[in-house]
Parts: sequence; structure tokens; C-alpha cells
Amino acid sequence: MTDKSDIRVEAYRLRALFEARGAEVFETDVLQPAGALLDLYGEDIRARAFTTHDPLRGEMMLRPDFTLPLVQRHVAEGRANGCYTYAGEVFRRQEDDPDRDAEYLQVGYEIFGGEVSVEADAEVFAAFAEILAPLGLRPATGDTGLLRAAIEGLETSAARQAALMHHLWRPRRFRDLLIRYGQVMPAPESPDAPGGIEIGMRTREEVAARLAALERERSVPPLDAGVIRLIDTLLGIRGQAPNALSELRETASALPSILPAIELLAARFAALDALGVDVDSLDFEVSYGRTTLEYYDGFVFGFFADRRPDLPPVASGGRYDALSRAIGGVDGRPAVGGVLRPGLMLSLGSGS
Amino acid sequence: MTLKLGVPSKGRLMNDTFAWFGERGVQLGLSGGAREYAGRVEGADKVELALLAAVEIPRELAAGRIHLGVTGIDMARERLARWDSQVAEVQRLGFGEAELVIAVPDFWVDVTTLDDLDQVATAFRAVHGHRLRIATKYHRLVRGFLRDNEVSDYQLVDSQGATEGTVKNLQAEAIADIRTSGATLRDNHLRALDDGRILSSEATLFETRASVWDGGAREVWDGLKSTLGLA
Repeated sequence: MTDKSDIRVEAYRLRALFEARGAEVFETDVLQPAGALLDLYGEDIRARAFTTHDPLRGEMMLRPDFTLPLVQRHVAEGRANGCYTYAGEVFRRQEDDPDRDAEYLQVGYEIFGGEVSVEADAEVFAAFAEILAPLGLRPATGDTGLLRAAIEGLETSAARQAALMHHLWRPRRFRDLLIRYGQVMPAPESPDAPGGIEIGMRTREEVAARLAALERERSVPPLDAGVIRLIDTLLGIRGQAPNALSELRETASALPSILPAIELLAARFAALDALGVDVDSLDFEVSYGRTTLEYYDGFVFGFFADRRPDLPPVASGGRYDALSRAIGGVDGRPAVGGVLRPGLMLSLGSGS
Repeated sequence: MTLKLGVPSKGRLMNDTFAWFGERGVQLGLSGGAREYAGRVEGADKVELALLAAVEIPRELAAGRIHLGVTGIDMARERLARWDSQVAEVQRLGFGEAELVIAVPDFWVDVTTLDDLDQVATAFRAVHGHRLRIATKYHRLVRGFLRDNEVSDYQLVDSQGATEGTVKNLQAEAIADIRTSGATLRDNHLRALDDGRILSSEATLFETRASVWDGGAREVWDGLKSTLGLA
């Protein structure tokens, strides 16, 4: 086991590397108000974060990550652009796996704003790749923007598109929705005569409104089976960047709505190439991070130690424009960033 | 070395447990007055009875302070992370049957499945500005079930009793609770979802996986098993 003080030294060394790239240091409390975290991540955060109770401040959580407080700070200061780094402990409850750490040091690098999004994406990835180069890790990349573009391009109702977007992260529910939207809707089984007495906050009007919406839904023409197959094809595309790109272009001939997302991806590969990343051998997977990296909505990446498959990714990150908007409203800026785990890096034998 | 057996300290669960052991030749009972939480055992040597609150029995088993314990499957799975690494089911006892279900107001005629609940939860949040609340005391089980079924946009609120009343009292929009007959749900204008059954529970004899079986406890247990006809 690597000594904690060594890990701390390594964390500050890494943070200094990001400072040298122009990032300013961000600090925040270990105890964070639970409300904002719950609002953002939902009930699942309770299974992943330690909740405690402050007699005056109410429910608090031990910082599960730096992202939320950083975005809040950036928005509160009313700045357009910003580039930050941080180093500190994060805490994760482990209900199922006793071998995973409940507490570890994390070093992050995050860019807000940025004139050209793909250049900010490339800068973050290239910085991580350079720092991690001595460890010989395998990078994995993806882009959830492709699937989003495909959904936005579907010829269906706005309600159906919104439902698919909402469940982008939940593959089974997403798939069930696609299949259902491919069929003619059955007649509603519920009687329109409202049963029972009205109790609770959800009103009879809300019930009636949903029944009406379901009725409207029935008249939406079913999705074409070919389109559903194309989305399956899209989700299955993986390979080294140049091959993945040509497969994507082939798919786009029948699914032209994803063309702009493909051009963005190509521009990102070019930006990575310009920063010295070996794009020709870079792994790209359309579905990468779809279940584990929930709040990312564009570029996503991770770095893995293949000789230690028991370890979680040594680094991970991505673009989270929507999360930034969810926290900051209209002041939320496009954002991309990632985190490193200095403890894992040391145990894999880099050191400084 | 004696074998410690933990059983619920009151009510129907205690009496049914006593009856189950009694039918198999092991008489369990309260020593002294009915208000004293000390027990006696007849018909089995070196077995000591510990009367405990049913909710505490999983924890006592996990800690190895008792070797055997009778409690509901729901209690063991709710109270213990990775329950099957800490305790093992020996025998289901055929009483205390109950189902943990998700229930919604009966007048929600548009909601009969988890899928409906998921859609309504998203719409509810947009209208009311907070997530749809589900009142329960089974946090781990409900959260795990809804995660496995990919339902989002809800929040759990803690309710340690009278959970069926929380919707009417505006503390929650839906509940997840134990249903024995369904009458309590009906009386409170609630209805279980068609696919909202989280767990079927019954009173069960558990043994600990903690390393407390040396020094003769294992042999006493083997003897008790054959007396009870479990060997």
C-alpha cells in the first residue's frame, strides 16, 4: 500500500502540472450541502455518497466529487471562461465491493467556456495523455453527441424524443422505448372514469393531462424499423479512430442527422492530432461511458491499466455542457474536464 | 460453549417462532414474567435464547454475537450490505409472509407499471419543482430495485411507521412498504403497481457467517439441526 503522504505529494505535483498549463487552483469544503447534490444526481447519490447531519445546516454530504461546487463557484463569479485545477479527497460509499476505496485523492483539470469546444476537449485529453504516458495506459474515447444527434433527427414527436434523451444513460429503458415507439400503440387499458378519491400532491388534472397525452401519443406514427436498426448499428460502432470515423460516415448516409456530430468528431480528432496525440491508434467507441459516466453529454474518455483489470480507471472525464446549464441556468458555460487518481498512479509505479 | 439463538422479542412473530420450534420438540419460552426479556430453552442442550427486536437480529448475526437468528428476509436484506456474505438462510419458517411493494394513489388510473411511474416522476418534477417522493423504511431495497429497473427522478423520504398515511398527509406521492393482505393499502386509497413487487419475505432462520463457530458451537448446532429435522 502506497503511503498516504506520498500520494499527497504526487497529487500536488500533478496539480502543479495543470497550473503550469494555465489553470488556477480551486479549493472547496469537504462537507457539501446535500440538497444540491440530490437535486442534480437524484436518489442514487445516497447510495454512493456519505450523508451526515449538521444540527444547523441540515443534511450534508462528504464531497463525492469537485464538479458541482466548481460549477457553482464559476457561475457565482459570473465569468465566461475559466480553467481550474484541484487536488483533494473525495468520498464514495461502497455497498457492494469491499475492495474499492471509500476515500481517495483526486486531481482534476476543468475548462469552462472556450471559443472552440473541440480544442478545449483536445487540450484536456492531451494534458492527461502526456501526464499518464509513463504508465503505458490504454485510453478509451467516445462521444455521446452522436446518439443525441440521432435522437434529435428522429421523425417522431417531441415527447418521444425527450423521453429517449432522458433515458440515454439507461440502456434497457432506452431500448424498451425504441421498441415501443416502433409499434402501433395499443388502446389504453385505463378507464377514463377516474377511480378512487384524490389524495396527495399530484392532482386529478395531472392524471387527466397524462391520459390525454397518452391518447395523443397513440396517433404518432411508429418509428421505421430501419431507423431502429440504424441506431443499433450506430451504438455498436467501435474501433480505432480512422476506422470508426469511416464506419460512422457510412451509417450517416442513411442517418444524415448525425453528420454535424461526425464533423465535430473529425474536428476533435484533428485537434488531438495537432496536440501530438496518436489518433490513428486511438480507440473510439460510440457507446463508451454510456452507463458509467452519466452526466457527460459529448466527448468522453478514460485511461485504463490493462495489466490490472481489477482497478477502476486511473483517469476519466468528458464534456458536461448540460450539467453546467442544469446548475448555472443561462449562466452555465460549456465545460469539459477530467480527474486523475494519484494513488492508483503511484501503485502502478510511475512516481515523479 | 453455548449456541446463541436470537428470536423476536414480542408479538405474533415471537409466538409463531416459539410454536415452530415447539412443534419440533424444542420448547422456547420467556423465563419469569412476560415483561422480562430473558428466555429459556427445553429440549436442546447448550442452546441459549436471546430475545431481541426483529430489526436488530440481522446486525447481531453479522457481528457474530448470536449464532442463529429468526427474522424476516426483508430485514436481513435491508439491514446488511451484501447480506449473503454476512448471513446464510437456513430455513424459511412458513409464517410472517409479506411482500414489499410500491404503491400509488388508486385514482392515478394512468399508472399501473414502473414504466408509468418513471414517466410520471419526470412530469411531476417539471410541474412541482421537486422529485416525486416515495415514503419507505426500506431504503436500500427500494433504491436497488428502482436502480435495477432504471427508474429515475424520484426521491426517498424516510417513514418508520404509518407509511400508508404519508400520501394523504402530503409527505410523499407514493410508498414502498410491506403488504400482508392489501386491506391497509385499499383503506388508504392506495394500489400496488402491477410490477412493483420488490421482495417476497417470510420469517426465516438465519445463521451467521462470522467466525464464531469454533469451540463446540458447530457441534451443538449440528445436534440442534437433527432435533429440528433440518439436517
